[in-house]
Amino acid sequence: MDFTEEQLRRYSRHILLPEVGGKGQKKISQAKVFLVGAGGLGCPVGYYLAAAGVGRIGIIDNDTVEISNLQRQIAHNTKRIGMPKVISAKQTFEELNPDVEVVPYKDKLTTKNILDLIKDYDIVVDGSDNFSTRYMVNDACVMLKKPLVSGAILRFEGQVTTIIPEEGPCYRCLFEEPPPPGLVPSCQEAGVLGVLTGVIGSLQATEVLKIILGKGELLKGELIIYNALRMSFRKVKVPKNPDCPMCGSHPTIKELIDYEEYCSLQAH
Amino acid sequence: MQPDKRLNIKGEICPYTLVKSKLAMEDLDVGEVLEILLDYPEAINSIPKAMQNYGHTVLNVEKINDTDWVIIIRKEVKD
Ligand SMILES: [Zn+2]
Repeated sequence: MDFTEEQLRRYSRHILLPEVGGKGQKKISQAKVFLVGAGGLGCPVGYYLAAAGVGRIGIIDNDTVEISNLQRQIAHNTKRIGMPKVISAKQTFEELNPDVEVVPYKDKLTTKNILDLIKDYDIVVDGSDNFSTRYMVNDACVMLKKPLVSGAILRFEGQVTTIIPEEGPCYRCLFEEPPPPGLVPSCQEAGVLGVLTGVIGSLQATEVLKIILGKGELLKGELIIYNALRMSFRKVKVPKNPDCPMCGSHPTIKELIDYEEYCSLQAH
Repeated sequence: MQPDKRLNIKGEICPYTLVKSKLAMEDLDVGEVLEILLDYPEAINSIPKAMQNYGHTVLNVEKINDTDWVIIIRKEVKD
């Protein structure tokens, strides 16, 4: 193993774990992970993956840092209000660990660019805050057979599931279509306990590292639901739907769907 | 007994004595033997204990002069 003295010290607590070791740490340093969103979930996921030494972290977000983000988006800070979130995140993650290359995309993720953006990454992490992106990311990952760690948060509750295309169910096996407009409120309308993003983001980062290492049991075919008020974790089994429009035996979805107009109705 | 690999970690302190020993063990095949030369007193106990916890066999721990020890470990489990 050719670690520098500094890397050997930086990653010593990983190297000492039998499940990681020098070999696992090498895998982590060679991994390429794509983060959808530099917000509540993207911040802690990226922060921990950078600390762990993930070699390349791509991150897409079209927003700039606002003061209302800082209650939960821990990669940003007060001085960076007005700065693109992906640039702020890149600075934070690379300052934490110069071994990590952060590739920022200040852009909107769309049906036009998503396949091209994620194709060179090993794993995709969804920390988006809307259903149009969530379904688009799911469909793109199924099409390209990319592992996807999906997370969502609202008020005091969050959920995580890991999608391994061809092995387990996809997001559409769980919920075939986005919910009707207005049924599920956004964080912007309903609020979110800031620290909840840390819990859910940390669970997502844990799944990413387990995929990289090939160790442990993934949340494949399972949805874990955390309730901060009850301080409870609940696991729900999600069977693969043989009639899933995306990953079933006769898929009806052959191209990416732009739900944006549909979903933007929800905001009103 | 001829070790399959020798590791000199004189001057290194805990926990890096163990980190370097573990990395060296990862380079071995099961059944092969690592000889560690060290001078950090605490590691004389901690390395053998940790290596046993990893499932390896400690073949020998020996003081060879005023400052140095040699620990010999046989790899028993695949990483
Ligand atoms: Zn499906």
